[in-house]
Amino acid sequence: MVHFPENTVKKVQEIMARYPEGKQKSAVLPVLHLAQEEFGWLSVEAMDYVASLLKLEPIEVYEVATFYSMYNLDPVGKFVFEVCQTGPCMLRGSDDIISYIGQKLGIKPGETTPDGMFTLKTVECLGACGYAPLLQLGKHYREHLTREKVDALIDECRKSSGSLN
Amino acid sequence: MSRKLLLEKAHVEGIRNYDVYRREGGYSSVEKALKSMAPDQITDEVKKSGLRGRGGAGFPTGLKWSFLAKPAGVPRYLICNADESEPGTFKDRYLMEYIPHLLIEGLIVSSYALGSNRTYIYIRGEYAWIVGILEQAIAEAKANGWLGQNILGTGFNCEIYVHPGAGAYICGEETALIESLEGKRGNPRIKPPFPAVKGLWDCPTVVNNVETLAAVVPIINLGAEEYLKIGIGKSTGTKLISACGNINKPGVYEIEMNISVEEFVYSDEYCGGIAGGKKLKACIPGGSSVPILPANLLLKTAKGETRYMNYESLSDGGFATGSMMGSGGFIILDEDQCVVRHTYTLAHFYRHESCGQCSPCREGTGWMERILKNIEYGKGKMSDIDLLWDVQRKIEGNTICPLGDAAAWPVAAAIRHFRDEFEWHVLNPEECLKRNYGLAHYADPRTPAVA
Repeated sequence: MVHFPENTVKKVQEIMARYPEGKQKSAVLPVLHLAQEEFGWLSVEAMDYVASLLKLEPIEVYEVATFYSMYNLDPVGKFVFEVCQTGPCMLRGSDDIISYIGQKLGIKPGETTPDGMFTLKTVECLGACGYAPLLQLGKHYREHLTREKVDALIDECRKSSGSLN
Repeated sequence: MSRKLLLEKAHVEGIRNYDVYRREGGYSSVEKALKSMAPDQITDEVKKSGLRGRGGAGFPTGLKWSFLAKPAGVPRYLICNADESEPGTFKDRYLMEYIPHLLIEGLIVSSYALGSNRTYIYIRGEYAWIVGILEQAIAEAKANGWLGQNILGTGFNCEIYVHPGAGAYICGEETALIESLEGKRGNPRIKPPFPAVKGLWDCPTVVNNVETLAAVVPIINLGAEEYLKIGIGKSTGTKLISACGNINKPGVYEIEMNISVEEFVYSDEYCGGIAGGKKLKACIPGGSSVPILPANLLLKTAKGETRYMNYESLSDGGFATGSMMGSGGFIILDEDQCVVRHTYTLAHFYRHESCGQCSPCREGTGWMERILKNIEYGKGKMSDIDLLWDVQRKIEGNTICPLGDAAAWPVAAAIRHFRDEFEWHVLNPEECLKRNYGLAHYADPRTPAVA
C-alpha cells in the first residue's frame, strides 16, 4: 500500500482547507500532482490512495487522472523532457529539437531509455511561444533550445543526483 | 513610446517582493477602493472605463460584473483565469512572473466589488514555478493586512487561493474551468445558466482573465475618465501583446491600442522586424484560434487603410479580409514558412485538446488533422481541400463551447487566403516535402513581391 510521508499528508490537509466544507473533491487535481511528485507516476494504487484521502470513489479520481495530460498513467524516466511542438514552436525549429533529442537518447517520443533515466514526450503549447523552442523538465521550462543546449542539459541530468526540480 | 499601465514597474529591481512593490505605490488602489468606494461604484467605474476582457473574447468587463446575481445568504466567487493555453499567448505568465502583486492587488479590489470572500486563481499546471511566486505574494499581502479578516477595518474578508490545473486547453473556457475547479473533467457546461447566476458550486461566479483583473488597478488609481483617454474608440486602456514566430524581438509588449500593425511589426521598440532579414508572409494576430492574415491584409485593410492594433481595426473586414484581437498572441510567419504545416500543427493541437463532449468537434478535429497531414506530407488530393473546408464548416457553431469554432477558424482562414499553397502541395507531392512554397501573391507590401 502506497502512502504519503507525514509532511505531505499535512500539505493535503492544507489544500483541502482551501475549499468550503463539503467541497473537498476540488482538491483532487492538486493532490494528484502531489502523488505524482511522490510516486513518479499515477498507478491505480496511487489513485486509490488519493481517493481514500479525499473520501471519493476511486472512479472519481480515475476519470480526472485520465482527462488531464500532465498526469503520467505509466512509469516514466527520472528525467522527463516534454518538448512543445505546437505552431509557434514549430516555426522556431521544435521539429529539429525533438528529432535531435530522440537521436541522442536513442528513443522516439513517448519512449523511455532502457536505463530508466530519460523519457521523451511531445506536448502541446506550453505558453512560452516567445522563448521557443522549449521543453518542460520537472517544474521548470528550458527555453531558447539549441542542439548545444540540449547536449548540456543531458549532461546536467546525467551528473545530477536529484530530480533537477 | 506607449504609456504603460501594467508593466511600467515590472522591471524595478525586487518588485516581486512586497516591500518594493508597496514603496513603488502598490496597493494604493485597494486603499482607495475599500476606504472611499462602495462595491457597486467600483463596478460602475470598470463599466465606464470600457475595459474589455483580455482573455480573447473581448466582452465588456463591467457589464459582465453587473450580471452577477446577488441572492442573500449565497456566497459569490471570483475566479481568475490564469489557464493561459492559447498558442501564441504568454502575456499572463509574464505579468504573474514579474509583477505578481499587481494581480493580487487587482484581485482584492475586484473581490471587494463583487463580494467574493474566497477567490481562486486557476493557473495552468505547467506554470508550476509561478504557483510558488503567487503564493509568496499572497502570503506577503496577508501579512500586511491586505487579505484576511476585516481588511482595512472595513469588515470585508477575503482569502485568495491558487489552484493548479493539469494540462487541458479546454479549461480556459470558463465553464470547463469551473468544472475543473470542482475536481472534475474539464467538460464545458451548457449555457444558460451562465456562471453569473450558477457557477462554482452552483453559486454566482465571475471568471476573468489575469490581465483583465490587473487592469482594474490602474482604472481605480487613475479613474475611468483618465483610463478611457488611453487607446482609441472601444479599445480603451493598454493591451499586452505576446509576439512570437520569426521576428527579431519576440516578447511581451504593453501597447496603447492606437499604434499601427506596421509599427508593431517593424519598429525596434516592438518586434523589430522579421528575423534573418526575411520578408513577412503571414500573421495570426490574436492567438491561434483567430484567422491568419497574409501580409498585405495584415498591414492594410481591404479598403487600403492602415490597420491598427486594436479590437475594431484588426476585425475590420470580418473574417473575409480581417481577423481578431483575440488574446493578443501575435504569431509571425516569414517568407520561408509553410502555412500548410503550421495549420496542421494547430489542427493537431485542437484534436488533442477537444474534450470529446460534442461529436462535431471530437470527430471533426480528427478529420481536419488527418486531411492536413496528408496534404502536408504529399499524399493529398485536390478534393481534400474542399473536404477540409466542408469539415470545418460543420464544426463551427455546432458545439457547446467555442473550442469548435476555435478549431475551425484557423483552417478556414488558411484555405481562404492560401488556397494556392494547398494546391501546390497537392500538385507537387515530392517537392513539398523538400521546400516551402514561398511568398506568392500575398507578399509583404513593403517589399517587391517574389513568387
